[in-house]
Amino acid sequence: MDSQIALLLGQDGLTSGAIYALLALSLVLVFSITRVLLVPQGEFVTFGAMAMAGMQAGKPATLAWLLLGLAALRLALMLPAALRRRRLPAARSWGMLAYAVALLLLLRNLPLQQLPMAVQALLALAMVVPMGPLLYDIVFRPIASAHALVLLIASIALHGVLVGVSLLMFGAEGARSEPFSGNGLALGAVTFKAQTLWVIGVTLGLLLALYAFFNHTLLGKALRATAVQRLGAELMGISTAFAGQASFALAAFIGCLSGILIAPLTTLYFDSGFLIALKGFVGAVTGGMASYPVAALGAGGIGLVESFSTFWASDYKEVIVFTLILPFLLWRSLTTRHTEEEA
Amino acid sequence: MSFQRVLPALFLATAFCAGGAQAQIKVGVISSSSGPVALVGIPQKNTVALLPREVAGQRIDYVSLDDASDPTASVSAVKKLINEEKIDALIGPSGSPNAMGVIQFAAAAGIPMLAPVGTAAVVLPMNAQKKWVFKTTQNDDLIASALVDHMKATGIRTVGFIGAADPYGENWAKVTGELLQAAGIKLVSSESFQRRDTSVTAQALKTQAARPDAVLIASPGSSAVLPQTTLFDQGYRGKVYQTHGAALDEFLKLGGRKVEGTILAASSMLVLDDIPASNPTKAVATRYVADYEKLHGSKPATFGANVYDAGLLLQAAIPAALKQGAPGTAAFRAALRDALEQTRELAGTQGVYNMTPADHSGFDRRGRELITVKNGRWAALK
Repeated sequence: MDSQIALLLGQDGLTSGAIYALLALSLVLVFSITRVLLVPQGEFVTFGAMAMAGMQAGKPATLAWLLLGLAALRLALMLPAALRRRRLPAARSWGMLAYAVALLLLLRNLPLQQLPMAVQALLALAMVVPMGPLLYDIVFRPIASAHALVLLIASIALHGVLVGVSLLMFGAEGARSEPFSGNGLALGAVTFKAQTLWVIGVTLGLLLALYAFFNHTLLGKALRATAVQRLGAELMGISTAFAGQASFALAAFIGCLSGILIAPLTTLYFDSGFLIALKGFVGAVTGGMASYPVAALGAGGIGLVESFSTFWASDYKEVIVFTLILPFLLWRSLTTRHTEEEA
Repeated sequence: MSFQRVLPALFLATAFCAGGAQAQIKVGVISSSSGPVALVGIPQKNTVALLPREVAGQRIDYVSLDDASDPTASVSAVKKLINEEKIDALIGPSGSPNAMGVIQFAAAAGIPMLAPVGTAAVVLPMNAQKKWVFKTTQNDDLIASALVDHMKATGIRTVGFIGAADPYGENWAKVTGELLQAAGIKLVSSESFQRRDTSVTAQALKTQAARPDAVLIASPGSSAVLPQTTLFDQGYRGKVYQTHGAALDEFLKLGGRKVEGTILAASSMLVLDDIPASNPTKAVATRYVADYEKLHGSKPATFGANVYDAGLLLQAAIPAALKQGAPGTAAFRAALRDALEQTRELAGTQGVYNMTPADHSGFDRRGRELITVKNGRWAALK
């Protein structure tokens, strides 16, 4: 191995590490606020990537139908309770349905293929982000106070359902989208690929934005309060249901954005997201599912380890990456005091 | 043996035959039309509608099940087909590990199994169980020898190998290793990757560092694209060989100009316009592609054609088997197996089948064509 190969591997590792870091952040975020281990996080990545690739290939935007279906399902689930109280479901639910219909009509009438890439990315986000709160309302809100294990099982079930839906919507073929911009940046002997710079730049920007959001806005502080103490936050007038929806919306946003970022780098399949999110999860575990900076650093490290271990022993790459979780779990279990989970 | 003991047996046998005479032929199909191998399974499932419906006045019914790419689910699907549906023959499953897992159950029930899978391990080495299995894809060594011959003819001395970390890639690594050695070509690197990997930069770098004259990539479906485009992005401009696993239009779509000049060997289905009408597979394959396109609105992948050929093999074998017993009986199934083994000069979409007791795949050189990518299209290599 010479220095050039090391630099290329490092670049490759940083790119995947940045994506893993984003996903690790959203996993920690959702887990600390709702106690849900968001297994379907990877599906948001798939949705984002497939939406971009689909638009560029001139395929109809099937995701909008899924959004419409979810909005209708949530409304239907609210109806029995609303009827008992002899009141119509909240205006917000109708609003979401109207939004989904409007988006569907918009997507059907726009020349998706010719739009600038930034607009395509915005449309992809517009389709995927609302799915976060919708899925929270449909799947997790009714069981919000259940044992963490129940939440985990529901989460795995949702993952299974979404992978199936994903196969139905996108088919089994792999897809890939156009790169954001053509040329890379030459620094000495190494050329940084343009997409790599995009990924790292957007990741850093998003990290800063999240930092500002959690420290300097009321909503961010409310979310943090919920993460620290659910009951206490509720007594202070913070709606935990709203915190849950907000965290899921953020998770969907981060997942979808990650998907849009990596779609030009690699061929993605309907079930690709899971493995990507799983590596983000390894990063999140290094931060004890609680610390954002450690989780982000850990996930970045995973990307580097993955890249270098692939070079030396491609057959054992996954083994090496997932074995990394063991020393961290051991270290965590030895250093932290065990507390019974609040029921 | 006393007369009293023979009589009930005779009676039973006649009753059985009488019951069987009205039964139609039942064929079970297992495909992985969801899950990780769905790319292979979906065109196979779609092809079931094009399989022969009637042979020698007997109706053929197909019972199609999905195993979600899970070998355990394949086994339960096979048991269900055998015990509940009482099938006479089995087409499937889609995946190599799935097929390996069900052979013993098909053999125990005495049901001929037509496996549209890649690995030669389902029919080799031949034994008492595998004699029930027939394979409708070219053995890897048949395809590999075409590639290695081409390498040798064009003066290639060193080869780098990048294969998928699954039975397909592993078998290719084994087969090409042997063939290259025999041809005096040196294998300078051998790397593996996962189908879902988002980056194969490291494998490509290591392959390039070994400075091979040519690179061979062995991976099923569109996952074969990523190693090649990564090599291209890193400045590799040497020859790239692909296997018949990459023989899909998706490969061209995903690879674009970066896969220009790729050489692979596959059935002639990809380059029907380029092959002479004298090639016996041309008519069959043209008909299949046209029928599939009419029904599903898209061109079929080669995987679907493997199932279509299974249908053709059954169609040819059933008349002979009907003489030995009625559908639904063990005699019929055993005769069907024997008849399949007697298949001679049957033109399918993938090549010409000549089965023998030792060779249950039955292809010869007419089942493969050297193909290259020219101006973004598949073209026969001249």
